[in-house]
Amino acid sequence: MSDFTSEFWHYWIAGVTLISILACFVLLWYSTKVKVAANEDKSTGHVWDENLVELDNPLPKWWVYLFVVTLLFALIYGLLYPMFGKFPGLLGWTSAGQYQAEKDANLAEVAPKFEAFAQKSVQELAADPMAMQIGESLFMNNCAVCHAADARGSLTFPNLTDKDWIWGGEAEAINVSITQGRVAVMPPLAAAVGTPEDVTNVAHYVLSLSGAPHDSVRAAAGKANFASCIACHGAQGLGNTAIGAPNLTDDIWLHGFGVDVIVRQINEGITNIMPPQNVLLSEQQIHVLTAYVWGLSNKPAN
Amino acid sequence: MSDTSKKSSGGPAAATGAKSAIIPIFLEPEKIHPRSVSGFFSNWRWLTVWITQIVFYGLPWLNWNDRQAVLFDLEARTFYLFNLVLFPHDLIYLTGLLVISALALFLFTAVAGRLWCGFACPQTVYTEIYIWMEKLVEGDRSARLRLDKSSHSFAKFGKKTLKHGLWIAFAFWTGFTFVGYFTPIDELGQAVLQASLGPWQTFWLLFYGFATYGNAGFLREKICKHMCPYARFQSAMFDKDTLIVTYDEQRGEPRGGRSRTADLSALKLGSCIDCTLCVQVCPTGIDIRNGLQYECIGCGSCADVCDEVMDKVGYPKGLVRFTTQNGLEQGWSAAQMWRRVLRPRVLIYSAILLLITVALFTSLYLRTPLKIDVTRDSSLMSRMVERGYIENVYRLRVLNATEQVQHYHITVQGLPGLLIDSEAHFSLEPTGSRTQALTLRVPPGSSPAGAHPIRITVQADGDSSLRAETDSIFMVPR
Repeated sequence: MSDFTSEFWHYWIAGVTLISILACFVLLWYSTKVKVAANEDKSTGHVWDENLVELDNPLPKWWVYLFVVTLLFALIYGLLYPMFGKFPGLLGWTSAGQYQAEKDANLAEVAPKFEAFAQKSVQELAADPMAMQIGESLFMNNCAVCHAADARGSLTFPNLTDKDWIWGGEAEAINVSITQGRVAVMPPLAAAVGTPEDVTNVAHYVLSLSGAPHDSVRAAAGKANFASCIACHGAQGLGNTAIGAPNLTDDIWLHGFGVDVIVRQINEGITNIMPPQNVLLSEQQIHVLTAYVWGLSNKPAN
Repeated sequence: MSDTSKKSSGGPAAATGAKSAIIPIFLEPEKIHPRSVSGFFSNWRWLTVWITQIVFYGLPWLNWNDRQAVLFDLEARTFYLFNLVLFPHDLIYLTGLLVISALALFLFTAVAGRLWCGFACPQTVYTEIYIWMEKLVEGDRSARLRLDKSSHSFAKFGKKTLKHGLWIAFAFWTGFTFVGYFTPIDELGQAVLQASLGPWQTFWLLFYGFATYGNAGFLREKICKHMCPYARFQSAMFDKDTLIVTYDEQRGEPRGGRSRTADLSALKLGSCIDCTLCVQVCPTGIDIRNGLQYECIGCGSCADVCDEVMDKVGYPKGLVRFTTQNGLEQGWSAAQMWRRVLRPRVLIYSAILLLITVALFTSLYLRTPLKIDVTRDSSLMSRMVERGYIENVYRLRVLNATEQVQHYHITVQGLPGLLIDSEAHFSLEPTGSRTQALTLRVPPGSSPAGAHPIRITVQADGDSSLRAETDSIFMVPR
């Protein structure tokens, strides 16, 4: 892949590099043939400022040999690695390739541990302290950025330690959430609900479902309009984990609490995305991570 | 280029009719075979050789607390020094050690010149050991010179092979010991015997061994002459009261041979009998009678051999001796020279050295083997949870620098009603560390909006001296 607009530059670089190295060889060879006046005091014979003379001591042998070694090294290096223009080198090294090799080596190194974990179920792993330490590390590095270090999330990022699961809290469901990610879409439903007054009434009705403070008159009026919501959120508002529709009867407000917030959600809809992790993490790593997340809300009773 | 003109006015008298000649690109180096010597300074030198090498080769074999006493475990990033367990956080002590080394170097260089070079430097030490092995196989100086000049023969080949064999074996042992500071040496020994050394261990063993073989077998004084910066900046550290190896020119000149019973004053000769033994014993190949040169490593071999010769011809010792420039020029006695040791330069170096040494060891003694660090979780500033409580999340990193299992508990203070809503008790294995999430909460309305400084303390259960605290911020939203 060329970074230049013209092929000429590759040959220019290769040429200058090669010629420079060869020129050094020539310089060394030429120096052996130089004739200089052999004065008794080993000077070149020139004198400046009455008594400033220039000596001409020969180079130490080891220094010359090292010089030759470095030149040979440069030639061999240029043969093996990319150095002469666009010639990729006999070893085919690239920085992307090195990164991939290091990643593969790292995965291969931890593979035996993960092999052992892959055989166990999520529940068994959740009881294994070593697996949970690894799971905690994976969580801190990959998940805590959104779900917070203590996994209790924040606004729009679900709390993974409670019993409220938008897409299902069984091990398989958690695994799918992590691996493939989730996209939760609530379409704007203001038109379906009715007038802005209707929307506010529905909001109060929703608040009443969980026992939160609300206006009972408005809530009663909103119950009829709630029909537009039943398709996803269910008749009692218990939600539907198959499509990611939250349970409206628990007192958990992922997107914020209050009438204004609910009204805006009905008017504008919501899209909430959990990105898929199978890009960065292997299947076995996700298995351990699933166990960790499952274990957060299924702690043994002791 | 064939310029033979001599434009010197008052310059050195060049030979007339000088022919042009080819000066070779490199000079075939003249191998130096120092003659063996015994005497006062030689004894001291061999003592330092024994001490330094017993320490270097012996330390890795000592055990402490069921592990190697001195071990630099690079992979685990933990350095063990007998009772001390050091982590990268403790790098400041290495800095302190380096500063102390530098100041100590300046101090004794100002007092006694190149003591380090002649008596303790590994280059000198290993060169001496290698020359000793060479002498064992090939004989003393004259025998070695003869062997070098002789034509190839079976005997010569055998001797050279044996010598290099000894050198290589010693180099291997040295490389092995060096790597033994970083990998437990008994494991390393097993690995060598079973030919199961790891790639990096093999590399470093061979690298360090090869460096020892090359430096002490071949390069020798070339390191001192060309590569080591100490030779060059010694002139900045010496003054007229620094002890240096000196030839007493006044007493020695004019030099020349004479019979034992001759009258010196009648012959107008000095003490120097021009035996050239001082040149023959010099490991860097200089003639000390020309005065102090940068190549001189201050080993005192010339002083030893000259004293021996002076004894044999019945003259007083000390024609070549350790003395100071002032002492020599002004004919001071030993007592007068000693008084000059306590001069401002030496006193200032000593004072700073003492200060830093005391500071380092005090700091080490008072060090708490528990380190904590708190960072705010970057994913949120604060969050409101049920019933209006405000929570902040932190990442608490704890390092147990002891070699026992420790149980810790966390406490926090700084805001009314500040509580910990996560795991407040935990344990760490020896030299273990972990990062855990810390969730703090305050009741609604208990603090005004804004950033509040708080303090987090981690303390070992049952040991109030083992505690560490750090500050952070708690954010209450508007």
